[in-house]
Amino acid sequence: MSNIPAELKYLPSHEWVRVDDDGTATIGITDHAQDLLGDVVFVELPEVGSTLNAGEEAGVVESVKAASDIFSPVSGEVLEINDTLEESPDFVNSDPYNDGWFYKVKLTDESDLDELLGADAYAAACEAEDH
Amino acid sequence: MPFIPHTEDDIRKMLETIGAQSIDQLFDEIPSHLRAGSLDAVPSARSEMEITRLLSERAQQDSGALCFIGAGAYEHHIPAAVWDVAARGEFMTAYTPYQAEASQGTLQLVYEFQSMMTAITGLDVSNASLYDGASGMAEAVLMAIRANRKSKSKRVLVAGTVHPLYRDAVKSIVTNQQIELVEVAFDTSTLVTDFSALSAFEGEDFAALVIAQPNFFGSLEDVHRLTDWAHAQNMLAIGVINPMAATLISPPGEWGENGADIAVGEGQPLGIPLASGGPYFGFICCKQKLVRQMPGRIIGRTVDLDGKEGFTLTLQAREQHIRRSKATSNICTNQGLAVTAATIYMSLLGHEGIERVARASYANTHRLIGLLSAVSGVEVVSQGSCFHEFVLRVPVSSRLVLEHMAKQGVLAGHDLSSADFTLNGSGLKNCIVVCATETKTEQDLNDYVSALEVSLKELEGVEC
Repeated sequence: MSNIPAELKYLPSHEWVRVDDDGTATIGITDHAQDLLGDVVFVELPEVGSTLNAGEEAGVVESVKAASDIFSPVSGEVLEINDTLEESPDFVNSDPYNDGWFYKVKLTDESDLDELLGADAYAAACEAEDH
Repeated sequence: MPFIPHTEDDIRKMLETIGAQSIDQLFDEIPSHLRAGSLDAVPSARSEMEITRLLSERAQQDSGALCFIGAGAYEHHIPAAVWDVAARGEFMTAYTPYQAEASQGTLQLVYEFQSMMTAITGLDVSNASLYDGASGMAEAVLMAIRANRKSKSKRVLVAGTVHPLYRDAVKSIVTNQQIELVEVAFDTSTLVTDFSALSAFEGEDFAALVIAQPNFFGSLEDVHRLTDWAHAQNMLAIGVINPMAATLISPPGEWGENGADIAVGEGQPLGIPLASGGPYFGFICCKQKLVRQMPGRIIGRTVDLDGKEGFTLTLQAREQHIRRSKATSNICTNQGLAVTAATIYMSLLGHEGIERVARASYANTHRLIGLLSAVSGVEVVSQGSCFHEFVLRVPVSSRLVLEHMAKQGVLAGHDLSSADFTLNGSGLKNCIVVCATETKTEQDLNDYVSALEVSLKELEGVEC
């Protein structure tokens, strides 16, 4: 069973989001997603300063066997991107919830979070997808 | 078992199984006005003997004439070994199987081709080839729009000195994707991009600037200045180049401070016969950082489990068999046989040999310019540097001059005034583009001049 931290929120398309107290949201893909993709070789991230809407394509994660869109779970302005992925895309495989994060946004609409799945619901969604 | 996969009996059984009356019925859902209908203009079948005779007659119309027409397709000497090797069964008949890595020989050849093209263009990576130069330019435009994240527009600046047919082809390909091509005027006296016309676009949002080197008139653009200007405006610089010329002049990778970002062009000069316009092949090269936006096949060198060298398709994750509708491009094939011939051509000649061909072409062209400057009534319009083409103005109808010279066995050039291009009204009336490659002897050049003098005398006083 893959690792699904209880404190995060999820999209059924396998993105996670962590919201800090100051309203900064960090986005990445889940352990389950990295497992499905296999070795990640490249991550295309949004431009710092650009504005994303919830559900919008924010980038592309490319593994040896597939290239998949990253959808933004929340709306907001991109504050920072994880530059280390350029040299070390393997962080997405080895540590998807910490070193393998993708980008941070300044949350503009907290109600976006209500649309997202909790850990249990996400686990159930993965389970359903597997069958 | 018959070799033919669908016998009448097979077809009948398949139709029965799916409950269709006829094969035509399978196409019922296509509205009749969208169907091609019957091909009325195609004559009925003829015997092999009749066809051989017909084609021999047609072939005779080609023979003998001295060709001074370039304009995108160039006559160069092709050593007999090129097609002798390329036509070997292993190359000629091999279709890359779906497990491409089973064809190590083909993959190695393509890998060598890619290496040669990066050497010629001075850029980091090349793909396995594209359909032709014009579609290559379209792919470069699409690539620039995907890759240039500083640009929010879907607009691209295209120098008016880029081959008119390339601009037409690109327009056909990109227009339905809401991409706008904006033309930059050229200076009709220098025949290069007008820098003041370009400056008028300063501060506007464009994804890229497309530059031709040498340009459609054979003239050399100030590519360093153009590239630096594009980069200062946050545009990518795309070079449409003649690979033969790139050995004599700065390759795209060395244009300006940082080099052009993408180079494309027509590969025909590298060992492919003129052959009535095709098949040729296109090439595309780019900087490493754009490689994930490059369309088509790329072959990489790797090692297998035992550490033995091998060749493999690489960077496929964005192609259509994986990404479907979100693929980087829908290019899923390349011109394998033409590329095989070009790779053999480049191997046989080497960098030095190709440079000698380019130098000889340059020398012949400039010798012809010298001879023509002594012919009264005609004017060499091209000023400044040319590679192996130049623009010549004749005092009477250029169409009539070309026709008259053709009757004397000289195909004297490409008519600019007949072209339905943007060249109309641009001061290039009765102008032709003339090309003399290394295939021309001193006698050939003299014959050109004599034929021109005869035609001019004959046509003297004819209304333009």
